Amino acid sequence: MEFVQRIQQFVDQIFVNLSFWASSQLANFLPEGAVTFLMMFATILVLIFFGLASIIWINIFERKIIGRFQDRYGPNRFGPWGLLQCVADMIKLLTKEDITPTKADRLIYNLAAVVPIIPTFLILAVLPFGRGMVAADLNIGFLYIVAVGSLGTIGIFMASWASNNKYAAISGLRTVAQMISYEIPMVLSVVGVLLLVGSLSMVSIVDAQGQWRLPFIVLQPLAFVLYFTSAVAEVNRSPFDLPEGESEIVAGYHIEYSGIKFAMFLLAEYINAFSVCAIATTLFLGGWRGPVLPSWAWFFLKTYSLYLVLIWLRATLPRLRVDQLMNFAWKTLVPLALANLMVTALVAKLVPQHSLVGAGALLLTNVVIVIGIAVVKYPRWKREKREVVLVPRSASSQAGGS
Amino acid sequence: MTELKTETITVNMGPQHPSTHGVFRLILTLDGETVVDVEPVVGYLHRNHEKIGEYNNWIQNTPFTDRLDYISPMSNEFAYVLAVEKLSEIEPPERAEYIRIIMVELNRIVNHMIVVGFLLNELGCFFTPMMYCVRWRELVMDLYEMAAGSRMMPNYFWIGGVAADLPAAFLPQCKELVAALPGFIDELERLLTDSEIVQMRCKDVGVLPPDVAVAYGCTGPLLRASGVPYDIRRAEPYSIYDRFDFDVVVGTVGDVYDRYLVRIGEMRQSVRILEQALKDLPEGETATPKKKKFMPPEGDVYHRIEAPKGELGFYLVSDGSDHPYRYKIRAPSFVNLQSLPYLCRGHKIADVVVNIGSIDITMGEVDR
Repeated sequence: MEFVQRIQQFVDQIFVNLSFWASSQLANFLPEGAVTFLMMFATILVLIFFGLASIIWINIFERKIIGRFQDRYGPNRFGPWGLLQCVADMIKLLTKEDITPTKADRLIYNLAAVVPIIPTFLILAVLPFGRGMVAADLNIGFLYIVAVGSLGTIGIFMASWASNNKYAAISGLRTVAQMISYEIPMVLSVVGVLLLVGSLSMVSIVDAQGQWRLPFIVLQPLAFVLYFTSAVAEVNRSPFDLPEGESEIVAGYHIEYSGIKFAMFLLAEYINAFSVCAIATTLFLGGWRGPVLPSWAWFFLKTYSLYLVLIWLRATLPRLRVDQLMNFAWKTLVPLALANLMVTALVAKLVPQHSLVGAGALLLTNVVIVIGIAVVKYPRWKREKREVVLVPRSASSQAGGS
Repeated sequence: MTELKTETITVNMGPQHPSTHGVFRLILTLDGETVVDVEPVVGYLHRNHEKIGEYNNWIQNTPFTDRLDYISPMSNEFAYVLAVEKLSEIEPPERAEYIRIIMVELNRIVNHMIVVGFLLNELGCFFTPMMYCVRWRELVMDLYEMAAGSRMMPNYFWIGGVAADLPAAFLPQCKELVAALPGFIDELERLLTDSEIVQMRCKDVGVLPPDVAVAYGCTGPLLRASGVPYDIRRAEPYSIYDRFDFDVVVGTVGDVYDRYLVRIGEMRQSVRILEQALKDLPEGETATPKKKKFMPPEGDVYHRIEAPKGELGFYLVSDGSDHPYRYKIRAPSFVNLQSLPYLCRGHKIADVVVNIGSIDITMGEVDR
């Protein structure tokens, strides 16, 4: 039994021990400052490499799953079961002609292809991938995520404006409006969690879920739904993919980009989608906590399950219109997030911390809010169901007079 | 305080655009996201169809009509063949009439499936509903292939009958398909009709009042969705449509959602007609005896049918030779398309493509 536990612990801590071992080896012949610097550098490299490499399997995962949703196989030509499709795509994108439109703002146009990808890598720094596996445990972790995450908007707006294309311009304005609007419910919904934790650090948020012995999705189900909905909008995924809107404004902000610059936008989008799922996992699903399996395995399992939900949404839902998108953010999500924040603040003060009673009370209030909103604002039974009129033969022959 | 100065921008949507159903150009005048004016520009697919039709002989024109509305080739052939038969007073055999009805109603279902699929695509649904619908189109195409030897361009209808009798395997497979169709239509409705986003996007978008619809000359589901119960199968029964029991599906508001509902309803009615036709299908000949050279008498004729997209009419003038003197088509897509600017004004950009999808155009028919 003890042997099994030791194996578990070994597998669990394998990456942490690897980094300790590496730094101790380096300490043999380097001064302490240089070791710290080198280790930081190595961590950054590992994160960037992970981010880039994860595209390969996220991409194939998404395309295969969407294929199944649509009653087809998905890519199955290159490599076993088509698993190398992404490599082929990358080669194609790398070898494509790199076009800069003559009337584009050359400097900003080229710069914009790089800008959106930087914040996506920066976010990875504060995510706890497993027990002790965090590159930088900032005490303002979530604030940092919000601040850095909103930088991506600038890159997209730069791209759309510098392209000097009307579709891109429309898309750029849509993007800015959408991202600013959805940032607010996203942050507000998380404040409830932060109230329960009392800290902004991502590591303490995971620890707090250990103290409650429950993931925060049980305590704050409404906040989870709000967070996830606004996060989907934040990363421009269907049904909020208006900035891309392929059927109306063709491809939106990256309409003029080709080859590797286009690939950079795609890269940023995929990593962004991964990181919002990872953040949701950390905040609401207990992060790396879980029985039996090593901590990092739990983290990725939860994150990719959430990613599956994103794919599911993309494969099934139509897109909203721009005015409906704004209405949804300001008239539904923001009030709900505010209500949730208020109720959570009140209940968290009244009930005992870290107890099942407290958790039950929080869950109950959440359910009450949801039911209240459903009854007051969206009474489904009141909605009229429109039907067509069927005109049988006798009726129309009378109308025709024959 | 002075008001902010704003400008409208002009956007060329098309000819290369994913949602214009072919090479079709729209000159949009936009005030931000709102559409101020729309000017459709057609003609990119013009290929002299009508003039070439005058040089083909009468029989060669039958497969040529397949190229008009390539989604529903059987209906095009039906309209042309009926016009020529009216001109030369040929009565096709009973069995051929029934086979024609079966083919055309299958065609109507295929067309409406494609419309619903593409409409959802234009709503941003990333191909899933379309793949579901296309799956059923494939099954119908299999039936076409079995009967005619070709899937998209069947050339199955002949003047005075059909090209060949149905193969033995056709009827069981067709009956199986017709029996399974209502289940799929229910599934489609379950997935789409009650969907919150579909309702948000489609309701009260592109409302076409009945008087405006009539003034624009709209026909087909577009007109019926506006509340006018006008179906040529009922108003002026051709072939053997007077023998079948079916309802004309009529909308109440005339918006995109109604057009969608009307098409779903028409698919159900087509299934009803198919069931009756398959039940009553008589034995016998499938074509009148062939002549060495087909030459109808001098004269002119106009015949129209209720094609899936609306009133499809052929105006043919014969000078007694082996080819038509004039070959003119009244294409429903072309006429229905004229209502597009009316539908789009004041809505958002995203609604423009939804309106195009709900009108249901095929550029092969618009430009001819």
